[in-house]
Amino acid sequence: MSAPAGNKDRIAFDRVSVEFQTAAGPLRVVDDVSYQIGDGEFVAVIGPSGCGKTTMMNIVAGFVEPSSGAVLLDGRPVAGPGPDRGVIFQEYGVFPWLTVKQNIAFGLKLRANRVPQGEREEICARYMRLMGLADFADAWPKTLSGGMRQRLAIARAYSVRPEFLLMDEPFGALDAQTRSAMQDLLLEVLQAEGKTVMLITHSVEEAVYLSNRIIVMTARPTRIREIIEVPFGYPREESLHEKPEFGELRSHVRELVMKEYAVQARQRTRMSD
Amino acid sequence: MRRAFFILVPWATIVVLWYAIHYSGLVNPALVPTPHSVALRFWELAGQRLPRDIWMSTQRVFLGVTLGILLAVPVAFVLGWYREVRGFIDPLLNFFRALPPIALIPLVIVYFGIGETAKVVILFYASFFSGVIVMYEGIAQISPIYVRVARTLGARDFEIFLKVIVPLTVPHMLTALRVALGVAWATLVASELIAAQQGLGSLIQNAASFFQLDIIYVGIICIGFIALAMDLGLRAVARQLVAWQERIA
Repeated sequence: MSAPAGNKDRIAFDRVSVEFQTAAGPLRVVDDVSYQIGDGEFVAVIGPSGCGKTTMMNIVAGFVEPSSGAVLLDGRPVAGPGPDRGVIFQEYGVFPWLTVKQNIAFGLKLRANRVPQGEREEICARYMRLMGLADFADAWPKTLSGGMRQRLAIARAYSVRPEFLLMDEPFGALDAQTRSAMQDLLLEVLQAEGKTVMLITHSVEEAVYLSNRIIVMTARPTRIREIIEVPFGYPREESLHEKPEFGELRSHVRELVMKEYAVQARQRTRMSD
Repeated sequence: MRRAFFILVPWATIVVLWYAIHYSGLVNPALVPTPHSVALRFWELAGQRLPRDIWMSTQRVFLGVTLGILLAVPVAFVLGWYREVRGFIDPLLNFFRALPPIALIPLVIVYFGIGETAKVVILFYASFFSGVIVMYEGIAQISPIYVRVARTLGARDFEIFLKVIVPLTVPHMLTALRVALGVAWATLVASELIAAQQGLGSLIQNAASFFQLDIIYVGIICIGFIALAMDLGLRAVARQLVAWQERIA
């Protein structure tokens, strides 16, 4: 994490297109997209909502297959979901019938990971501490706030030691203060254990603050509009938000994204005609 | 103390209304026995056939519901999980569910006689069809997000079934059990009214032949209280099993 822009490609989109079959005929969502994410990189994918960003993440996660092209993980095509890719969903997906600790231990008890009891305890304790959940080990998720549920989802994803972290609008449902705290916590944890990260977001601020590379996508069918290197190193601090360079980059990215929103709006008007 | 008071108020109101009807002169008092005469009769019967009647009826309900739900669980899993199967089984299920079990009693007597088997068969039928619908609707509504999360953590199909689907189904199983119990009690009495030597239904039926209205009341009240006790018991179990559930009250 401290030395991003690794040279080894971990995730590679190779001319990926996705079409969904709808009642009105085939709908092209992703159109011939190619890019690479290197080892230890934090890549943010940004674009107008509903453009197909989530579909791209779902291909990496193994939930969606491309109609043409391929996504390669360390050179091999993705074949279904697996514990090497931790996924954080916007709606958390915390298991309501398990306590905080049992949620974190869920993955560790699965056959695919088979972590022995002692080590399991250690891992649970470690992530509960890191995520500030230690006092809630035996609490039901229904008693937790939105921010705590999201921390729990992150702890659970981390517990099985994924090499990749895929996040789909992870902080979208949180209030501004919690969101900002969660971003700093995420950077902190990533600093401690490097991972290759793909973040889907529609917040420009979030993309610039967290990632070392931003991929701006167009309206549907989505293509790459521009790839932007973020020149700030890690670790990053809250004060970065106030720096002029940060503001300039943010304006640039926002302008690109807003243009795509405008394109999307025109598409919608045409469709309703 | 306050709580006990509020629980007793509605019951006391019913008793008062009951007396009021008896003494109002609006109905022939001979047709409405007083609460105390019913209580007296209860006391008398409690030393005679009543314990045996209660035991027989409860046992039949218990057996019928247990067997019905035991079959309903796997069937509901298949129906809830495989949409294709549901498509063509659903009409069949609704056809049989619509038939009142009471209407089947004559047929059941022809095929199974008038013994214990016949009664359990009717109760089994009633519990199965009322339980299976409640359960598979619940299973079909399980949010796919949990399955997805489990898969990204490395869960395989059987692990997803055991560790995700089953726990999420428990609340629906308990609801199905409660619905089935209610339907089974309603059906039981009907089946005992027709052909039984023992049981609360036969107690009512015999009393009717001799116009012993107070005994009919004893039978009805017993059924109500046993059903209530079973439901309370089940809800106590549910509170423990699904303490994780978010609910309004």
